[in-house]
Amino acid sequence: MELIGLANYAIFMGILIGIYALLALGLNIQWGLTGLFNAGIAGFFAVGAYTSAILTSPHVVGRVGGFDLPIVVGWAGAIVFAGLIAWPIGKVCLRFRSDYLAIATIGVAEIIRLVIKSEDWLTGSSRGITAIPRPFGELDYVASQLAYLGLVIAAVAVVYFLVERQLKSPWGRMMRAIRDNEAAAAAMGKRIEARRLQAFMFGAAVMGLAGALFVHFNRSITPEAIDPMIATFLIWIMLILGGSGNNRGAILGAIVIWVVWSVSEMLTDRLPTDVALQAKYIRIFVVGLTLQLVLRFRPEGILPEERTRRTAR
Amino acid sequence: MTLIDFINFHIVPGVVLGSIYAVGAIGITMVFGILRFAHLAHGDLATMGAFVALSAIGLFGVSPWIALPIAMIVCAAIAIGLDKTFYDYLRDRPKILTVMASLGVALMLRSLVQVIWGVDSTTYQRGIVRPDDYFGILLRDRELYTLLAVAAIVIGLETFLRKSKWGKAMRAMSDNPDLARLSGVDNRHVTMLTWAIVGALCAAAGFLLGLNNELNSMMGWHLLLPMFAAAILGGVGRVEGALLGGLIVGIAEELSVLILPGQYKAATAFVILLLILLVRPRGLLNGKVL
Repeated sequence: MELIGLANYAIFMGILIGIYALLALGLNIQWGLTGLFNAGIAGFFAVGAYTSAILTSPHVVGRVGGFDLPIVVGWAGAIVFAGLIAWPIGKVCLRFRSDYLAIATIGVAEIIRLVIKSEDWLTGSSRGITAIPRPFGELDYVASQLAYLGLVIAAVAVVYFLVERQLKSPWGRMMRAIRDNEAAAAAMGKRIEARRLQAFMFGAAVMGLAGALFVHFNRSITPEAIDPMIATFLIWIMLILGGSGNNRGAILGAIVIWVVWSVSEMLTDRLPTDVALQAKYIRIFVVGLTLQLVLRFRPEGILPEERTRRTAR
Repeated sequence: MTLIDFINFHIVPGVVLGSIYAVGAIGITMVFGILRFAHLAHGDLATMGAFVALSAIGLFGVSPWIALPIAMIVCAAIAIGLDKTFYDYLRDRPKILTVMASLGVALMLRSLVQVIWGVDSTTYQRGIVRPDDYFGILLRDRELYTLLAVAAIVIGLETFLRKSKWGKAMRAMSDNPDLARLSGVDNRHVTMLTWAIVGALCAAAGFLLGLNNELNSMMGWHLLLPMFAAAILGGVGRVEGALLGGLIVGIAEELSVLILPGQYKAATAFVILLLILLVRPRGLLNGKVL
């Protein structure tokens, strides 16, 4: 591969890593900070992607929308709508142990997948939504990719900054108190369910934003664009390996796992076809095994959660 | 539509499907009740069982009903192995980590099935079977045998749990693990026995689903939601609750096509799950809430 192709590929990877880093940050709010088990990340991601696509794409006959709104409106819509989807689920399930939330989020991701696949008037079903505008899309290829990379990095930076601020605020300390000792936090008068619901919706909103960034990067979306289980699982590995509870860990995990995942994909794609298919599933097996190994040998991840006191004297 | 048509087109398939869900849900409710976590690899273990039975048929040329016990034994061994390798060392950490490990195990089991048996759908027996007429109710042989097999499994398990020493130990650990340990129940043995039973039940659920439908690598994953809905609907930790819940979820899914487009059949279980958590989280038969 010549140099320019390699550079292009690096930019492409960088954009996807940024999107995955956002997803990992969103999960960190839910799991790392609050201890909520969300097994339906792909569902919230898809809601964000489709919301933004419907709001910003040009009008199409036979489908709702194509409202042709500015991209910023699409992103805001993705954030709000993904957060709103989380509300009823959290309302029902957060009273119980997180096992119930895990099952319910698997369910909600499945329902979202069904809706996307079958509701032609809303999502264009298997044809999907095309002609989605892309910021800086009018520039030539390399410049456009670079500009989009800048945009994604900016989004990650903003979310990172906001979450870090939240973490160090009294709200962040309260969340950790709830996570680490629910009974004590309740005895201090903290409203556990309401706080968990906040964190769950906040995390879902970040995942929605990641979906919006993905859909404008791709310019189109179909139900087959992401495999729900594998996408969800990759993000879990990113967070656990990077270090749950640590935002820099989440981003680091996204980089490490995505690079390993795509390089291994490149390698297995070069194998003969009949072996390549098997190799694809062996990769997935290794992903599952990696989780077990991390849980066993380094449960705190590469960058453990910081435990230092940062309160002003 | 006459009553008999209604029974034949909706209730009979619902009861057959529901009894398959029930076998899976009993396993879920046992893990939930005795070991106290949501076992997300349950569905994919059922897939594994279904394909082990397929291989047993292919390798030894036996009838499917001989392959079933073989698959149950193999899956019992797999379940014990999974516990020893991936769940046991998380015993003293928060239970939610075990739930996470089980999601990883689900992915591993499924990709193993995909590597060994491929991703195409297949069946145990080819050809179309005509249903027989039992006083107006149309029932295929395999459906009849499915119901009989489920009845045998449930009665056998209930007898074991109520009459035998080990069954009583399992119920004691479900009620109160500390008290059970104080009374001399060896929790490790009970855990192992639970996994053996759960693995065997998984294999049975997967086999029966494959027999009445088809086998593919995603079949078990799609079983997961109805099985959990059934277990929670019946009441976590209650075997007869899981049976009742399974039947309700199965019949509700088959009835849902009367008011919803067919592709949303799978959503029924989810709606039932949310409703029961909202209204009565202890379930119909007063199970546990974790």
